[in-house]
Amino acid sequence: MSDTLVMPAGVVPSTAEQREQPVWRLLLGRPTFVIGAAMLLFWIICAIFGTAIAPHNALAQQLLATNKPPSAAHWFGTDQLGRDVFSRVIVGARSILIIAPLATLVGTVLGTALGLALGYLPGIVDTLVSRVVEAVLALPAIIIILLFAVALGVSTLTQILIIGFIFTPLIARTVRSAVQVEGQLDYVPAARLLGERPGRMMFVEILPNVMPTVLVEFTVRLGYAIFTVAALAFLGFGVQLSTPNWGTDIKAGYVLLGAGYWWETLFPALAIASLIIAIGLVADSTEQVLAG
Amino acid sequence: MTAIVRTDAPGPAAEPQTAVQVEHLDVSYRVRGRDRLALRDVSFRIGRNESYGLVGESGSGKSTVALALTRYLARNGRVSAGSIRIAGRDPLAMNAAELRDLRAREVSMVYQEPGKALNPAIRVGRQVAEVYELAGVGRPEAMERAEAMLRKVQISDPGRVMQRYPHELSGGMAQRVVIAMAIAAEPSLLILDEPTTALDATVEAEVLDLVAGLRTELDTSLLFISHNLAVIAKMCDRVGVLYAGELIEEGPARQVFDEPRHPYTVGLLRCIPRQGQRKDHGRLDAIPGFLPTPGQALAGCIFAPRCPIAEQRCRDAAPEAFDVGPGRRSRCYLHDRTGDLPRNTPVDLPLPATAEPANPIVVMRNVSKTFGAAGESVQALAGVNLAIDRGETLGLVGESGSGKTTLARILLGLVPPDAGSTIELDGQQLGSDLRKRSQAQLKEMQIVFQNPDSALNRRHTVRRLISRPLVKLAGLSGAALRERLTDLLRSVRLEDRHLTLRPRQLSGGLKQRVAIARAFGGGPRIVVCDEPTSALDVSVQAAILNLLADLQAKEQVTYLFISHDLGLVRYLSDRIAVLYLGRIMELGPAERVFSGPHHPYTEALLSAVPSLDGERRGRIRLSGEIPSAANPPTGCVFHTRCPRRLSSGICESTEPPLAEVEPGHLMSCHIPIDQLTTLQSNERMP
Repeated sequence: MSDTLVMPAGVVPSTAEQREQPVWRLLLGRPTFVIGAAMLLFWIICAIFGTAIAPHNALAQQLLATNKPPSAAHWFGTDQLGRDVFSRVIVGARSILIIAPLATLVGTVLGTALGLALGYLPGIVDTLVSRVVEAVLALPAIIIILLFAVALGVSTLTQILIIGFIFTPLIARTVRSAVQVEGQLDYVPAARLLGERPGRMMFVEILPNVMPTVLVEFTVRLGYAIFTVAALAFLGFGVQLSTPNWGTDIKAGYVLLGAGYWWETLFPALAIASLIIAIGLVADSTEQVLAG
Repeated sequence: MTAIVRTDAPGPAAEPQTAVQVEHLDVSYRVRGRDRLALRDVSFRIGRNESYGLVGESGSGKSTVALALTRYLARNGRVSAGSIRIAGRDPLAMNAAELRDLRAREVSMVYQEPGKALNPAIRVGRQVAEVYELAGVGRPEAMERAEAMLRKVQISDPGRVMQRYPHELSGGMAQRVVIAMAIAAEPSLLILDEPTTALDATVEAEVLDLVAGLRTELDTSLLFISHNLAVIAKMCDRVGVLYAGELIEEGPARQVFDEPRHPYTVGLLRCIPRQGQRKDHGRLDAIPGFLPTPGQALAGCIFAPRCPIAEQRCRDAAPEAFDVGPGRRSRCYLHDRTGDLPRNTPVDLPLPATAEPANPIVVMRNVSKTFGAAGESVQALAGVNLAIDRGETLGLVGESGSGKTTLARILLGLVPPDAGSTIELDGQQLGSDLRKRSQAQLKEMQIVFQNPDSALNRRHTVRRLISRPLVKLAGLSGAALRERLTDLLRSVRLEDRHLTLRPRQLSGGLKQRVAIARAFGGGPRIVVCDEPTSALDVSVQAAILNLLADLQAKEQVTYLFISHDLGLVRYLSDRIAVLYLGRIMELGPAERVFSGPHHPYTEALLSAVPSLDGERRGRIRLSGEIPSAANPPTGCVFHTRCPRRLSSGICESTEPPLAEVEPGHLMSCHIPIDQLTTLQSNERMP
């Protein structure tokens, strides 16, 4: 058919086609990512192997050695029941690293779906739901979470669901505006001209293009989720005596700050801070790499 | 503040005739830890009061030259070799204060986007006056001088314009203000970097006239940068052609364009449809291959991979710049063989079958479109009647805001028209919205958008992009799908290895080929081409136009071809519709519309386009701005700018009907056709 047509488009080995650097290569080239990822990896190892790598039994009470300052035997000192603070910090990583990522995942999945629908489907639905979302955002999140926590009771599952639902409108709002930007591009009408249905438009055409936004939103929210889980424990929700918990330990320790027992508060607090900073570093560098 | 010590130029005696002297300039940009050469061994001279043009495609380094001259290179860019002299002074050796002084007094720049060059928060008058205040003039006098300067750039009511903010100005008006600011300091060098690329043709013509007029008045040398050869030909005494960072040819503008001595210049000129060339006269001669990526190291001549006459020595060692005549240089070993360069593209390509006349495939009746709610409504289209014949190419021409794109989107069903509009396809009425059209109707019409970056889903591979219409519209699967995919790939001249790539791994021309393949995949009978080549470089544009012509010959499709480039429309179209403020002003066979007699608006559009061939068209200019579609003029909407308005007052009071003035040629004008013929032929006489 086209044999008769001679056209020299590809005569020259195309220098215009560029090799792409894989995203992970670019990430590993950034010191911020490497440092953040290393810190995060440390806490993940603690969460998985906590009891195995902790030097002491995190639950064992030594009533003869309470409130001891940091020493060679107890690097972070002991608490008011004589338990090893270092071991409790290591073992305490588990609950927070289960609840926070799962809650963020729930919020991201629901929020992305809602944001796609709001951004793509025009008109009245968007206006109505967006006002509701704004109303939710007007209240401090921790108040809403506490209300739900009181009403539903606190277990690992309810914490995941409550935090996830609170994040949903927040993430939806970000995704919605990213979807609206995509809607300005010509590939959207081009796909509509093929007769694509709304579901395919949203999930096959648009979603892959807003995935960078979704990923960044996930990492940013993950930091907030960790903070929220710790805050709930600090306020006395979700406490299970059988597992060490950073928030609970801070709550127990900070009443003793006046007595000079600073180590019982400082080290769990540093643990929370370092985890959030690690996630922040990973989030920032991921965002920069995805933005090109 | 310390006083600025001016290191005065050696004086007029030393170099009386030179404003700018650039010698062996290398500029490199550091990207990911590697230096990439953006300019290589560039030498040129701009004489006093001379207008020097730099022409080249994207990535050729045109703007880098301008930035290097004023030391405005980005942080990762640096001059790695060579020297620059502006009015005898060396900007590369200057400290911050001297550099500021140079930029304030000696060199001014005008960029492509006037909107970005003005501070949006400061009134226009203050911004222009600031130039004088910096030179030590008091506020009241500075304001007076600013007003005089705005009058000089032909702003008719400078007092009122000075009170406005930049966003309240049209693009043409804003560019005049920028030019006023640039010449206010009476620089010895004025750099214009694509100053009219963002403007409509009629406005571009006015701005170019203005710059040409100012040149004779001012004591200023000009460095004019553009990708548009015709604009350079019109504006410049001498021209340098840049290709991939090298100045490959230089000389007096007329000579370079009439008798180019480098194969690249020859190729570039052949890419442009000229002297009324049409698709049935044969294909354009495209340059094969692609521009090299910036910083790519080549042993030999940088153009050798795309050159039709390259020899072994061209690939082995880069040629020096040879003197090829008085003031002319060419960086080509074979500069004496450029006169009879072989064609890259055969002429005898299949022609589209002639359309059977009087058999419209699409009929649009009384199509209107009003945007916005009551009160603030803008009528983008006002009762357009248009029939498109089977197998023809209908060109749609008009300035921005004329309703070209809206018309196309309504036809496709992407935008619903106002109630009362009807569109028929093969005599069957089409739904106003995509959702009201059947899959079979969707299959009939597709579009090639202007910008393939936007039109292709950047997360999908080429395979996925091209196969989707085959699956969805043509209903293919399995072996049939694979066969048709290969077929389609061949006909847009892509290769199998492209299938796994994503859009951003392809060059602009390749991306547009993918977009074209996608549009043709479902086997449409009508394809809308909305400025399909305006985002592409000249050398790539020709190949895409040839491809569109080939596909039409093969698939018998009907084109609705939208473009602001009249040369392209003329090359590709069988009939042309000229739109102004949402109304058809003229409709007829392409040759009739171009050769005249034509509607005064068409006449103005045609005379606004600078021509490479130096032929003098009737020089009528439109004055004033395009009126707002929210508040269109009474009577004939064109009367406010019409140079041939009748004195009887009928143009202001009554809208002329679109009437047939000769067989197949319709016009909306009160002036009788005989009178138009006389008027227009008189002016074409020398």
